[in-house]
Amino acid sequence: MPAVSKGDGMRGLAVFISDIRNCKSKEAEIKRINKELANIRSKFKGDKALDGYSKKKYVCKLLFIFLLGHDIDFGHMEAVNLLSSNKYTEKQIGYLFISVLVNSNSELIRLINNAIKNDLSSRNPTFMCLALHCIANVGSREMAEAFASEIPRILVAGDTMDSVKQSAALCLLRLYKTSPDLVLMGEWTSRVVHLLNDQHMGVVTAAISLITCLSQKNPDEFKTCVSLAVSRLSRIVSSASTDLQDYTYYFVPAPWLSCKLLRLLQCYPPPEDGAVKGRLVECLETILNKAQEPPKSKKVQHSNAKNAILFEAISLIIHYDSEPNLLVRACNQLGQFLQHRETNLRYLALESMCTLASSEFSHEAVKTHIETVINALKTERDVSVRQRAADLLYAMCDRSNAKQIVAEMLSYLETADYSIREEMVLKVAILAEKYAVDYSWYVDTILNLIRIAGDYVSEEVWYRVIQIVINRDDVQGYAAKTVFEALQAPACHENMVKVGGYILGEFGNLIAGDPRSSPLVQFNLLHSKFHLCSVPTRALLLSAYIKFINLFPETKATIQEVLRCDSQIRNSDVELQQRAVEYLKLSSIASTDVLATVLEEMPPFPERESSILAKLKKKKGPGAVSVPDLEDGKREGGELNGGGERGPDSAAMSASNASTPSPSADLLGMRSAAPMSAAPTSAGSLLVDVFSEAGPAAPSAAVNDDGFLSSAPPSEDPATLLSEADELLNKFVCKNNGVLFENQLLQIGIKSEYRQNLGRMYLFYGNKTSVQFASFTTTVSCPGELQSHILSILRATKPVEPVVEGGAQIQQVLNIECLTDFSEAPLLNIKFRYGGALQNLSLKLPVTINKFFQPTEMTSHDFFQRWKQLSQPQQEAQKIFKANHSMDTEVLKAKLLGLGTALLDDVDPNPENYVCAGVIQTKGQQVGCLLRLEPNGQAQMYRLTLRCSKDSVSLRLCELLAQQF
Amino acid sequence: MIKAILIFNNHGKPRLSKFYEHYNEDTEQQIIRETFHLVSKRDENVCNFLEGGMLIGGSDYRLIYRHYATLYFVFCVDSSESELGILDLIQVFVETLDKCFENVCELDLIFHVDKVHNILAEMVMGGMVLETNMNEIITQVDSQNKMEKSETFIFQSTRQDR
Repeated sequence: MPAVSKGDGMRGLAVFISDIRNCKSKEAEIKRINKELANIRSKFKGDKALDGYSKKKYVCKLLFIFLLGHDIDFGHMEAVNLLSSNKYTEKQIGYLFISVLVNSNSELIRLINNAIKNDLSSRNPTFMCLALHCIANVGSREMAEAFASEIPRILVAGDTMDSVKQSAALCLLRLYKTSPDLVLMGEWTSRVVHLLNDQHMGVVTAAISLITCLSQKNPDEFKTCVSLAVSRLSRIVSSASTDLQDYTYYFVPAPWLSCKLLRLLQCYPPPEDGAVKGRLVECLETILNKAQEPPKSKKVQHSNAKNAILFEAISLIIHYDSEPNLLVRACNQLGQFLQHRETNLRYLALESMCTLASSEFSHEAVKTHIETVINALKTERDVSVRQRAADLLYAMCDRSNAKQIVAEMLSYLETADYSIREEMVLKVAILAEKYAVDYSWYVDTILNLIRIAGDYVSEEVWYRVIQIVINRDDVQGYAAKTVFEALQAPACHENMVKVGGYILGEFGNLIAGDPRSSPLVQFNLLHSKFHLCSVPTRALLLSAYIKFINLFPETKATIQEVLRCDSQIRNSDVELQQRAVEYLKLSSIASTDVLATVLEEMPPFPERESSILAKLKKKKGPGAVSVPDLEDGKREGGELNGGGERGPDSAAMSASNASTPSPSADLLGMRSAAPMSAAPTSAGSLLVDVFSEAGPAAPSAAVNDDGFLSSAPPSEDPATLLSEADELLNKFVCKNNGVLFENQLLQIGIKSEYRQNLGRMYLFYGNKTSVQFASFTTTVSCPGELQSHILSILRATKPVEPVVEGGAQIQQVLNIECLTDFSEAPLLNIKFRYGGALQNLSLKLPVTINKFFQPTEMTSHDFFQRWKQLSQPQQEAQKIFKANHSMDTEVLKAKLLGLGTALLDDVDPNPENYVCAGVIQTKGQQVGCLLRLEPNGQAQMYRLTLRCSKDSVSLRLCELLAQQF
Repeated sequence: MIKAILIFNNHGKPRLSKFYEHYNEDTEQQIIRETFHLVSKRDENVCNFLEGGMLIGGSDYRLIYRHYATLYFVFCVDSSESELGILDLIQVFVETLDKCFENVCELDLIFHVDKVHNILAEMVMGGMVLETNMNEIITQVDSQNKMEKSETFIFQSTRQDR
C-alpha cells in the first residue's frame, strides 16, 4: 500500500492548485493568488473558529503560494497556534509552516520556543522529533539559549528512542554551528563519542556528523573517536553484503556511513597506535581490492555506492600522505577512472588527482597520465570535466613538461568556455613564467595569450611581462622584435598595443637597425593603432612617443607634429591633453642631455612575487591554488605584496627612475603610484618653474644651479634626533602609514603592512630642496639584543640610490620578520651630503610588537574565561594614567582597532570600558593578549590592564599604549 | 553540509525548495532561477556535478543533480559531502517518494507539498543527513500517516470546500 493514498488530499487545495495551473498568464496567476490570499486572510480573521482541517488546508495553500515566489506576510500566528494543538496533524502542519516560512529573527520565536519546550517534555517521540526538527531548521540564537543544555541530555539518555536520538544529534549540531559558545560538551563528550558504537546504524549516521564537526573544532577532546571509527569502519568493510540488511544499498554495506567514517578520520593524523593503524590500513586495502572485483550488480547505484567509499578512502590516503604503497595504488586506481566511461568518475578522478599531484610520493606517478588528461581537456563534452582537467594539468606541471602543458592550455583557450577563460589565462601566465627556461619562450607565450584571449588578459598579466622584459636584458631585443611583428596584424587587441607601445618605447632601438623596422616604421605602426584605443592606452602611447624622440632624434619632427595637432593638444581628456602639451614642450625645450636623463631606460623592477599569482589566489580563495613548490622561498613575503603593487604604467614611464630629476614625474606615474603626497607636490612646483621661467635656467634645474641653491635652507646640524624620534615612534603605534620625519631638507614617509609575523615597510625619502643629495646612504641596525629578536629586518630589497635629486623621491623597501617578542625599536641611520655639508640623522623605525597582532573575536564568556586563566601576577601589567588626548569614543575605538587587536563589543559588563583580544605572532610562538581599558571621564584618567601569556609582552604593550590615549 | 535542496521541472517551475541556511525570499527565488539556468542547459549524460552559482556561494559549493523525466532534483552541498554519496541520497529520496506515492510523478509533488516535506524531513535535518535507510524512512512516514488517519474525520465530497 502506498504510504500516501491519493484519495485523501484536500479538495480545496487541489482546486486552487488546478486554477493556478490553468492560468494563461502571469497576471492571471497573480490575480488568482491575491484572491486566494484575501480569502485566507478573511478566514483567519473571521469570527468563526476554524477546524483543524481548514487550518491545514489554508496553510498548505500558503506554502504553495510561497513556493511560487510570493511573499507571505500573515498566517504566522495561526501556525504558532497550531503548534500547541495536541492533534498530530495540526501540530505537524504548524511546524512545517514555521520551518519553511519563519526565519531566525522573527519575534515569534519566544512563542515557538514555548511550544517546543512542551513537545520536548511530552515524551511522545513523534512530537519530540517534530520539535527537534523545528530547532534544527530555524536554529536561532534564542533557540540555542533555550535548548542548548536540554538537547545533549536527550541525546545520551538511556531511554530515548532511536529516532529521537538521531534528531537530537543533528539538532545539537545545528545549535553548535549557530552558537558554539552555548553548547558546552564537557561532560557529554565521551558519551557522544561512544554513539559511534550504537547498535542502530541510523543513530550512528546522525551522530557521526555531529562528532565530525565537534572534532574539527576540538580535535584533542574528541580524539578517542579515531579508534572507535576505525573499528566501526572495519566491521562494515569486512561484513558480507547481507549483514547490515536495510543499510546495505545495492549490495554495498552502509556506503553513506562508510564515507562519513572516512571523512571523520580525515580530521586527524594517522593513528599513532600501531594496532589501530594496522587495522585501518587493512580496511583501506580491502576497499582498494574491492574496486578490482567484478561488480555484484550492473546498476549504476551499485557502482556509485562502491566508488563513493573508494574516493573517500583515496582522500584519506592522500590526507595521510605517508604510505607510499597505498598512494601508488590510489594513483593507479584514479588512472583507471580517468578512462572510465562514467563521466562522474572521470570528473572525480581528475579532482582527486589534483590533490595527489602535490604529494611528493606521487607527483611523478600522476605525471604519467598527462596524455590522458590532455585528451580529456580536448575531448570531454562537459565543461565541468574540462575545468577539472585544466586544474589537474596546472597541478601536475613542472619543468619537465611545462612547454607541452602550456601549449595544450593555449590551444584549448581558443575554444574554451567563456566562464573559465580568465582563470585559464592566469594559469598559463603563471606556468609560463615559473617554468621559463628561456625567456623568449615566455614572451611568445604571453603574446600568444593576448592574441588568443586578449579580453581575458588582466592588467596583472601584461604588467608582469613588461616587468620581466625590463629586468632581463637578454630578452629585450627578442621582445621588441616579437611585439613589432605582432602589431603588424590588422586587428590586434588593445592589450597588445599596450605591451607593444611600452616595449618599443623602451627597446625599439634594438631593432631599429633593420630597415623593415626603422624608427619611423615603428612609430607609424604604433600610431596606426592610436585612434582605436581607449584613453589609458593612448596616454601610454604618448609616453612611448616621447621616448621615441629620445631614442631616435630623427623622429622628433614627425612626433612633434603629431603632438601638436589639435586632437592631441586640445584633447577633451585632461590627461591626454596634459601629456601632449608637456611632452611637446619638453621635447622642444630640453637639451638632448636632459632628455636622455629624463627619458632614460626604466630601471629593473624589484623582484617580488608575481602579482598574477596573487590574483589567482584571490580568485580561487586561499588554499584553493595548489601550486607545488611554487616560489616557496618567496611566498612568505609575497602575501604582503598586494598593496605595494604597481603596474609599469603607473610606475612612471618617463619618470623612469624616481631619483632622476624628472619634471614630469608626478604627471605620469606618481598620480596613482606615489603613496606619499609630499614629494609630488614639491616636484610639481618644480615643474611649474621649468615651464614658466623657460629660458636657460630651466633645463639646468636638474643640475646644480646656484640660483636654486641660494633659496635652499641652511644646512642641518649633523646631530642625532633620537629623543625627538621617540615621540615619532609613539605616533605610529596605532597606525601604519604617515610621515615619519620631516625637516627643511628631507621628508621621510612610511607605509607598512604586516601579516602574521612578517612585515614590509616602504620608506619614501623625499628631497624637499632643489639641490641633489649626494652620497645618500641609509643603514638599519638593531641595537643590542634586538638583533636576535626581530628580525631579518633588514633584508632591504635593494640599496637606495646614492643620489637623490632635488625635488625627487626615492623608495626603499624593508622586509621584517618577528622572531620573538622585543621591546626596542630598530634604528635607521641616514647620511648624505647636502651642498657639501654632511648630514647625519638617526631615527627609530616604528616597528613595535603590536604590529604583529592578529585580532581574535571571542564571546564574553570566552574572554573572561581566558582572562581568569592569565591570572599570574607577572602576566598582568597595569597602568593608571591621565588622558593626553580626547576621550571621544570613536577616537578611542579607532586607536584600539589600529593597535591590531579585535575590539570586542558586549563583553565588558560596563559599556564604558573597552576590551580587546589578539594574538601576537612571532616566528617561534604565539602570544595571546587581552586588554581592558577603563576610562574615567570625570577624572580624565584611564586604567589600562593587559594580560598576556608572556610577561615581557604585557609590560611592553602597557608601556606603549599608555602613551596613546 | 547540504545548503539547499531544490526540485524544479523542465521549465524551471519550482516544485520543492528547502533551504538549510537563511536567505530572504527574493534571494531564494533568484537562487532557484540561477540553479535552473545552470543545470538545464547541460546535456544529458554529462556529469552530475558542477560548481555552484554565484548566489549560493560559487565554487566552494557543488550542485549535485539528477534529472528524472520532467523533474530536476538538485542538492547544493559544501565540500564536506561526498559527491557520489549525495547522488545516492537523491536516488534514495526519489525511490522513497516513489514508494510513498506509488509511481511518483510531478503532480504528486504539486498536490502533496506537505507530504514531500515530511518525507524529506525524515532524511535530512538542518542540512545534515538523518537517515539513509529507505525502509526506516518509510516506516516513519507510515506511522505518521496512520496517526493522521486516526485523527481526521471523513469529509463528504459535497462539502463546500474552498
